[in-house]
Amino acid sequence: MARTKTYDTQGVVLKHMRLGEADRIVTLYTVDRGKVSAVVKGARRITSRKGGFLQPLSHVRVSIAEGRTLDQVMEAETVAIYRAAREDLARMSAGLYFAELVDGFSVDGAANPSEFHLLVGALHALDCTGDPERLARYFETKLLSIAGFGPEMRQCVGCGMDLPAGDYTFSCGEGGLVGAECRSRCEGPLVHASMNAIKVVRFFQAADFSQALDLRLTDGVMGNLRQVLGRYIAHVLEREPRSAEFMRLVGSA
Amino acid sequence: MDPVGRLVEEFHKLPGIGPKTAQRLAYHLIRSGDDASHSLADAIRAVKQQIVLCSTCANVTETDPCRLCRDSSRDSSTICVVEEPMDVPALERTGAYNGSYHVLHGVISPMNGIRADDLKIASLLERLKGSEVTEVVLAMNPNLEGEATSMYIHGLISPLGIKVTRPARGLPVGGDLEYADEVTLGRALEGRQEF
Repeated sequence: MARTKTYDTQGVVLKHMRLGEADRIVTLYTVDRGKVSAVVKGARRITSRKGGFLQPLSHVRVSIAEGRTLDQVMEAETVAIYRAAREDLARMSAGLYFAELVDGFSVDGAANPSEFHLLVGALHALDCTGDPERLARYFETKLLSIAGFGPEMRQCVGCGMDLPAGDYTFSCGEGGLVGAECRSRCEGPLVHASMNAIKVVRFFQAADFSQALDLRLTDGVMGNLRQVLGRYIAHVLEREPRSAEFMRLVGSA
Repeated sequence: MDPVGRLVEEFHKLPGIGPKTAQRLAYHLIRSGDDASHSLADAIRAVKQQIVLCSTCANVTETDPCRLCRDSSRDSSTICVVEEPMDVPALERTGAYNGSYHVLHGVISPMNGIRADDLKIASLLERLKGSEVTEVVLAMNPNLEGEATSMYIHGLISPLGIKVTRPARGLPVGGDLEYADEVTLGRALEGRQEF
């Protein structure tokens, strides 16, 4: 009889869905295998040995057996618990938004350690920050860059000219700022981007978590950032992330 | 589509029924006598015609209000909020609760697009306004969606000055300590009681 092949990895649980009587399918974003989905047998039973470990936003170490159609989680243990993302609704909604974005920007089996470390760093930062919204804007900026959709904020995406300081239009179709002369040639949604919002995105592109969380922003700049990055993400993913609405509802964005 | 294919298709739409199981169920009905098929069809028709949602607690019932809401011996000052109708008999079997219920018919699940508006939260708040209710027990499943829903409802009820509680969190009967996750074990220790 052929032996089942198992592998050990660690990852963050992005989402889960019910399967059959008492099982679940969990989707993890792993450091070395990218996005993987696997069945957790009996996860919904109250006495399950694995269900408690594999809640969304948990950072876990798992042992997974490869199956013909679906892999199966054999063992799970906690690497890190992000308490704020479980006990505070605004931060939980932000964490779920991060997970949905990573799910949307990744494909099964394609590893991207930078994306994994960004997600883990963001969940860790949720424990430390009182402002999940600023963290969400930073996360969006970094994730877009890592996934290959980094917004061009210094040159016109229409003609390549350097753009002096000022307000511009952001082209979601072209993925960057456009000058007044090139605007009519751009396809896709166009969003007004204020000078200060442009400066913040440029800063976020080069900043680490602590630098980003130290930045103080006015409501006006935050609102414009949310609009520019949100519309761009919705254009790239071809849908608005579902958890974005919940995040707005509970007041973290 | 031929009748067999249509029956297989209909079974396949049910939760947890894959294409093979749907085929097995369809051929089982074909092989069994007319009585079995008619009995199943009548039961499905009856459940759709006779079952309604209780206008008070939103539980499934044959009569409105439901048996539990009509029962004057139950404590109407306490409402236990649950996710699904199946949770009501589970709590009733404990014999430890004699209050009333409110069924949400789901939980907030942002990634699956299930919003607060899709649940029976507005009718719960309506029920609480100007009522004699002194305690609301949020008995959602102990998972992330359940927690999100509990926290969201707690935020809405708190301004009404009603006590909001939830079942204790901790170790299940029959479980092994060494396999408990850190959150469960942590909450079990936080909620420890004097022997």
